[in-house]
Amino acid sequence: MTKSKSAYSAPSKIGKLDTHIFVIWVDNEAGVLARVVGLFSGRGYNIESLAVAEVDHKKNLSRVTIVTVGTPQVIEQITLQLKKLVPVHKVANFKREDKKVIFKEMALLKVLGNQVKIKKAISACKKFNPVILDKTNKSIVIQITALRREIDKMSKNLKPLGLISVSRTGAVAMTRGAEIFN
Amino acid sequence: MGNLYTGAEIVFKCLEDQKVDYLFGYPGGAVLPIYDELKNHPSIKHILVRHEQGAGHAAEGYARSSGKPGVVLVTSGPGATNVVTALTDAYMDSVPLVCISGQVPTHLIGTDAFQECDTTGITRPCTKHNWLVKDIKDLPRIMHEAFEVATTGRPGPVLVDIPKDVQFAKVKYSKFRKKKKLNGKALNRFNQKQIDQLINLMSKASKPVFYTGGGVINSGPKASELLRELVSLTGFPITSTLQGLGAYPGDDNQFLGMLGMHGTYEANNAMHDCDLLINIGARFDDRITGKIDEFSPKSKKVHIDIDPSSINKIIKVDLSIVGDVSDVIRSITKTLKKKNLNLEKSNKQKISKWWQQIQKWRTKQSLNFINSDTIIKPQYAVQRLYELTKNQDTYITTEVGQHQMWAAQHYKFNKPNRWMTSGGLGTMGYGLPAAVGVQVAHPKKLVVDIAGEASILMTMQEISTAVQYNLPIKIFILNNQYMGMVRQWQELLHEKNYSESYSEALPDFVKLAEAYGCVGIRAKSPGELDEKIKKMINIDKPVIFDCHVDQDENCFPMIPSGKPHNQMLLGPKDQEENKITGKGKALV
Repeated sequence: MTKSKSAYSAPSKIGKLDTHIFVIWVDNEAGVLARVVGLFSGRGYNIESLAVAEVDHKKNLSRVTIVTVGTPQVIEQITLQLKKLVPVHKVANFKREDKKVIFKEMALLKVLGNQVKIKKAISACKKFNPVILDKTNKSIVIQITALRREIDKMSKNLKPLGLISVSRTGAVAMTRGAEIFN
Repeated sequence: MGNLYTGAEIVFKCLEDQKVDYLFGYPGGAVLPIYDELKNHPSIKHILVRHEQGAGHAAEGYARSSGKPGVVLVTSGPGATNVVTALTDAYMDSVPLVCISGQVPTHLIGTDAFQECDTTGITRPCTKHNWLVKDIKDLPRIMHEAFEVATTGRPGPVLVDIPKDVQFAKVKYSKFRKKKKLNGKALNRFNQKQIDQLINLMSKASKPVFYTGGGVINSGPKASELLRELVSLTGFPITSTLQGLGAYPGDDNQFLGMLGMHGTYEANNAMHDCDLLINIGARFDDRITGKIDEFSPKSKKVHIDIDPSSINKIIKVDLSIVGDVSDVIRSITKTLKKKNLNLEKSNKQKISKWWQQIQKWRTKQSLNFINSDTIIKPQYAVQRLYELTKNQDTYITTEVGQHQMWAAQHYKFNKPNRWMTSGGLGTMGYGLPAAVGVQVAHPKKLVVDIAGEASILMTMQEISTAVQYNLPIKIFILNNQYMGMVRQWQELLHEKNYSESYSEALPDFVKLAEAYGCVGIRAKSPGELDEKIKKMINIDKPVIFDCHVDQDENCFPMIPSGKPHNQMLLGPKDQEENKITGKGKALV
């Protein structure tokens, strides 16, 4: 008999990993984000990005959007564990590939350089709803909204044009059409 | 206009409204206003422990044996951190606890004040929920919510952290009204269709088995009655987890004994070979399942649990029924009776082959051990204790280790709430304080802590609590001078390198007992055991019983981790037989 050297069992096969977006409605109270985030870290789940803000001042509700990666079993566990938290009202989750849902991240990009480079930078951002928030002779701050991988690509492309600072939000999500989350 | 009450008064008003009889606690600077108020509330008795961990475990023992939530009162800083082990223990084993902790005044929070710690931060992962009460106006609501969260759904611990200035501040008190629906509140989510599906599976099964757990106990004594009815109605075999012992009579013929790492041969083989596995209130813990990939490979699996997050967490099931165990079983039984009166008979016929197989496994007598007439075998000690106490209503607590497993294997429980052990967290030092709590809840009953000499030293100080309140608990130490389970693993898996598992310089437990003002008894040979156990039972004082047992005894049967249920390691008797037949060591 080959003996297990540990008092614990060996890990079994890991299933297919999917990226999921969780939308969580919580009471906006002290420590609530720590509860949600602590659940993820404590149980070994990933957080790829996180966005949170109050959405209903009257009802004191905040909306948390978390992008995570896991096997179908882990994703189900995350949903069920989140629902057990006392300040959590509602939990929705979507596959990243889900066509019925819009996902967006925002980024602020600061580019330093001459007018030529700055112009190039602006036009490079064209596809991603660029808004120019600040402009001087030597610099520009552009706001874009896009998918995560698009912003990744933009930051890479803008490097040679003088990109020196990037600030990004986590993804937020909304369903298409008249449907709402339930 | 209503009267104004201080925060400390409100705490007690809430406790009175919640019908709390006992508090387990330890005073300190940040809870003094609450302690000051204690004298005005004679219906609530305070049990002064010797260490906050003891308060937590005592409250657990109280809660588990009485079905009511246990209430703990501790101070800020070290008071709160000391109770963390007990909170985690209660969280793992689903025990309802309400812990009230003092905190430094609100204006000092965050300044690293004397005896300040981030209590709600530290206890967040080991409670169902916790609250820091910054405004006195929230206190009444939070106190009642705390009890509700602790006791509804899958029970568990909660903590309310109350800064000292809030204990002094005044507010009006309004009686508790149930308001919003809490998450823990959502109990039954099953429907008749699921019950029908289950009954369909049951009627088709030819090798069924019930696998029941602590959820049956937590659902209340009624659940155990209903379970017994269901089991006899179906004729199915039943096995239980460590926590579920007592829900079904341990000496009944349909009971296969405990399953899992140190479960019986018949229970584990039945789990492995069955074609229908009905889990009632258990959670597929890793000490139960063994190797996941080979867990019960041929069965349809049904999981009945109050906690939706338990479903499919470890084992994928074919049918899940989310609800309170009592309600689910009641539904099953009702439908069974209504639907098909012949089911029970036809079932019995269908599964008679299954029972024959089980009888074959039973002949292995996997709990057997080679007894001795010169040295006390630990299993023999537990058996004698059982035989000599089974005629009275006895409550057993344990510490953690070999003695715990021997107690689970050889002490047969017939009623729920009689067995208190730390299963999930495996907390050494649990049993003594838990026994204190059990005896508080049941002053006239016999309460025995089956202990190991290493575990008992972790919370030994609580014997002083037992003496102070005349709680005649019996500490039955199976003393082998080793951390037995550690030694066993080292023997089997680490080439007998007994690294740091031998306790040198153990105290003289008889003298120790006398020093604490209780009675010490020592037994060294099998011949004197019965007489001394009887003596112990008849003493109306706390007793420390130092039972010297075989140092080298191992706990069998055993599934080595990472192995499936049908690859058990059996005891020395079987190992010898196997050698003779040349089958190799210990594998079946």
